[in-house]
Parts: sequence; structure tokens; C-alpha cells
Amino acid sequence: MTERVVRPRYDDVDVGTRLPVLTHSVGRFDLVRYAGASGDFNVIHWNDRVATAAGLPSVIAHGMLTLGVAVRLVCDWCGDPAAVVECEGRFAKPVVVPDDDTGVELVVEGVVARKLARPQVRVDLSVRCGGEKVLSRSRAVVVLG
Amino acid sequence: MPLNQTFRGRVYPATAPYEVGLEKIREFADALGDKNPVSRDVEAAKAHGHPEVVAPPTFAIVLTMRAEGQVVFDPTLGLDIGRVLHRDQKFRYSRSIRAHDVLTVTVSVDGIDEVGGNDVLTLSSEVRTVEGEHVCTATSTLVSRAAGREPHDD
Repeated sequence: MTERVVRPRYDDVDVGTRLPVLTHSVGRFDLVRYAGASGDFNVIHWNDRVATAAGLPSVIAHGMLTLGVAVRLVCDWCGDPAAVVECEGRFAKPVVVPDDDTGVELVVEGVVARKLARPQVRVDLSVRCGGEKVLSRSRAVVVLG
Repeated sequence: MPLNQTFRGRVYPATAPYEVGLEKIREFADALGDKNPVSRDVEAAKAHGHPEVVAPPTFAIVLTMRAEGQVVFDPTLGLDIGRVLHRDQKFRYSRSIRAHDVLTVTVSVDGIDEVGGNDVLTLSSEVRTVEGEHVCTATSTLVSRAAGREPHDD
């Protein structure tokens, strides 16, 4: 079991506080696994023929996989998924996942953007893949200690 | 093809109860690479003051996406499923989802719009326990791209 993370205290956090960067690799295997776990079996997430017929370059990741990984950054930071009371994001660009052994890498960053009524803060999130922003307008409201 | 405007404002009956499984939460956490013990182990959850294992915040999509199928897959709506992409998603929690919760989802059609030739459908899904306690409201925006447009023009 991982060590218990102590939830950051509201008074110890300022606007501009950066969360540790999270990187997460996504390959075809991960898409199949997410499909099964979430129940989202949309064929564009695992079948090239259907993805390209839909006008996409290739198979793309589930937007909710990207948002789920983004919100994980906040959960890892505060140690408790129940601390997240709001989260959202816009799937700005598709995450194209090649049929190879390496896949692609998501880079998730978060910064405290606003201190709300004690003990809540708003964390703004961004996810990039290959240098391109794939998740925009993404934020989470978190209850701190 | 324009969407059937009469769907705007529709509210669907609550879905059949869904029992949240402990292994389902673990499986979902695995799929996100989430190793937090609070989402795996009841003792770790209790150490954080929770009666049961807590699902990752985006877990609600397991219930809400299925429930939204009532609207999305209704042929009389006129949505071209083959060209639909998920554009936005939001969750607002009254409390987190936990193992063994028995939940229902009530879907409403909040918006049917056309933006730059693309059909835009906005749905909200209210997740409650079978006893009526509000757990989460999820808002999803889906876009059906007009032929010849790039996937995420906006």
C-alpha cells in the first residue's frame, strides 16, 4: 500500500501553487481496459477502420480517460478522491493513439487558481499530448484541510 | 441533419437501480492508473473517514453515459452516432460515490443547438441514491460534426 498522503492545508496553499506534474502513457491496451472499466465501447476507441471512416486520423482515446487522469493529479495531491467536489474539462483535441508498443504520453499540470470560501480551492488543470493541449477549460474544486 | 427540437427540456424517468461494486471501482481506478488505497481498501477509506471504498471522481460516467443512451440512441432525435464526439464534461458532487451505493440516474435534455453547422446536444444527469439523496450532477456536451469538418473546430 502506498503511504498515506496528508491533505494540504488551506492556509499553506496560495494562488499559483503548482501541483507535481503527472505523466501517464496511453497505448491501445489502455484504451481497451478503459472501455471495459467504464462501459464506453464506442468503436472509434479501438477500431482503426471505424475511426478513419468517421474522419479521424486513427483510433482516439476516450475523452473521459484524459479527464480521469487529469483529475487523478488532484486526488494524488490531496490523498482523498472525496476531496474533489467539482471537476470538468473540454476535450479540445483528440488524443490519437497509434497501434504500436509505446503509445503516447499525457502530461498533466495543475495550479491553484483561486482560493474559494474556506476550505475550498479551485485547481486549473491542463493536459498536453505531444506538445498539444488536448484538454482545455479544465478545473477541479477541492476541499483542503 | 438538424436535431429534433422537441427533445429540448425532456426529463426521463429515473433509471433502474445500479449497485456500485467494490471490484468495479478497483477496475476503474486501474484503468486510470490510480493507485490511491482509498479507492481500493475499506480500511484505508475508513482512515479518511469514509464508511466504504470511494470511487475516483469521474466514476459517475459509468452510470451517466449509460443513462444518456436513452436520448442519444433514440432514432427520433436524429443524431448521427457515427460522427458524435464528446466535447465537454462536468461533475458536481454532493458526496462521492462509494462501494455498495445503489443509485439511479435522471437525465434531462438541457440544450439542442447548432454551432457552425454542427449539432450540439447538452444533457444533465442527476445521480441519487434509491433513498433520494443527491450524489452528483453530471453535464455532458456532445457534438455531431457536419460532414467535411474537422473533429474539434469551435
